[in-house]
Amino acid sequence: MDRFVFLTFDGLSKGAVLAAFALALVLIWRAARIVNFAQGAMAVAAAYAGYSVTSATGSYWLGFAAALVGGLLIGVVVERAVMRFVDHSSPLSEVIVALGLVLVVQAVLGMVYGNEFLPAGTPFSRNALSVGDVPLLSRYDLFVFGAVLLVLLGLALLFTRTSVGLRMRASAFAPEVSRLLGVNVGGMLTLGWALASAVGALAALLVIPTELGLHPHAMDLVFVSAFTAAVVGGLDSPPGAVVGGLTVGLILSYVSGYLGSDVTPMAVLVLLLAVLLVRPGGLFSSTVARQA
Amino acid sequence: MTADDVILQVKGLTAGYGAAPVLQEVDLTVRAGTIAAVLGANGAGKTTLLRTLSGLVRPSGGEIVYGGQPLRDVPVEQLVRRGMAHVPEGRGVVAELTVDENLRLGGLWRRDREDAAKALTEVYELFEPLAQRRRSAGHQLSGGERQMLALGRALVARPKLLLLDEPSLGLAPRVIAQIMALLRQLRDSTGLTVLLVEQNVRSALSVADEAVVMSLGRIVTATSADRLRDDEELRHAYLGF
Repeated sequence: MDRFVFLTFDGLSKGAVLAAFALALVLIWRAARIVNFAQGAMAVAAAYAGYSVTSATGSYWLGFAAALVGGLLIGVVVERAVMRFVDHSSPLSEVIVALGLVLVVQAVLGMVYGNEFLPAGTPFSRNALSVGDVPLLSRYDLFVFGAVLLVLLGLALLFTRTSVGLRMRASAFAPEVSRLLGVNVGGMLTLGWALASAVGALAALLVIPTELGLHPHAMDLVFVSAFTAAVVGGLDSPPGAVVGGLTVGLILSYVSGYLGSDVTPMAVLVLLLAVLLVRPGGLFSSTVARQA
Repeated sequence: MTADDVILQVKGLTAGYGAAPVLQEVDLTVRAGTIAAVLGANGAGKTTLLRTLSGLVRPSGGEIVYGGQPLRDVPVEQLVRRGMAHVPEGRGVVAELTVDENLRLGGLWRRDREDAAKALTEVYELFEPLAQRRRSAGHQLSGGERQMLALGRALVARPKLLLLDEPSLGLAPRVIAQIMALLRQLRDSTGLTVLLVEQNVRSALSVADEAVVMSLGRIVTATSADRLRDDEELRHAYLGF
């Protein structure tokens, strides 16, 4: 039972990061109808920017802020300089461009920083705090939960309580109508990419220290899990991304804990396949609204 | 007719999708404070005309003068600020947003927040069913309610010229009559100019001051709505009934 409790908390901690990363995918899907396969590479690039600042200043928090700002800027550049010029009549061209971007970003990062794993520090201890004899969460896990929760609340407030959020949602759902109503749809799209990229950068900052370290390919497997989370929840649904992220996090933790970590990539793919076969729109898809 | 009377003047307008022009050398004059009906069969170019006027389709030739100013290179997003509102075919309600969000969206660009809020209140007074369904999502509304919402959202912007595409599509005759009566009321009370694209000729002519008939991308006749309604020979020649 103790093991189950530990794995549950561990899974929720992993799931929180996956939820943030899945949310980044959902934000771009809603804004541009693109599955951003470059999300992982963009997030790693932002994390490297943070690493550079931390190395130069010795401050984790300055590096943290630099990575988030870097994420925002990378999102703006990718949308304005690349994605805006892609032929949107075929989804395949967007996928190919995104995959091409992955190769370019990872190659450039490899050339600049090398292809070795770099150490990524944490601002808080990763030693689990125990309740009784059961190790539950570390201070770092609590930081992860807090950071993800803050982002979720911030995005929820932005989208439901502000005029910018209303403009962003309208632009995503009905771009032509939004333009007729005076909304700068292009600007909203750029903002969507910037926010999504910053959220992806946050997820990278949170997850990389718990893995092998910083590396151009550090987010490859995380991307697969987060993509599965986004599909499980429904690519259209931010709450779905959160539920999907936590679900995938728990499954990864249980499978890894009970069956071994070698099996976890397969478990993620089986889950992805099952959802695509049974409910391709995801658990929280808004198909009804879209057909109206 | 003086220049001040004219709110919209179109000269030699040619536009389309890809290489094939849909509109060919269209000339059109709309007087301020009138309802002008654009009639014609499916594929005549009526919707393309509205989409070109509001900037959604780029013209390949000709000129659009609105409020005395040429509209060439004015972005779509700017036209609502100049007083032109377009309610597209299919009503253009954002299905995922609530009634209140859809309506607020219509006035977000306005700097005068107080007047935008006042306009919103007026729309709720004008369309009582919407006031009762403020929190309902667009996709939960009936066809008539969606048409009210689309119209109301355009009115929040306090437009001078309303481009209205097929407002009667899929609606019951009673609802169509209400919408036409509302257009007449708005014209009389606020001086709103309406360019009304309709397949339902009788409904359109019941409310319009002027009528133009389009066929294969060209305007084949432009006359008063009364004349087109009353002159059987003319009606038969251009509208086939």
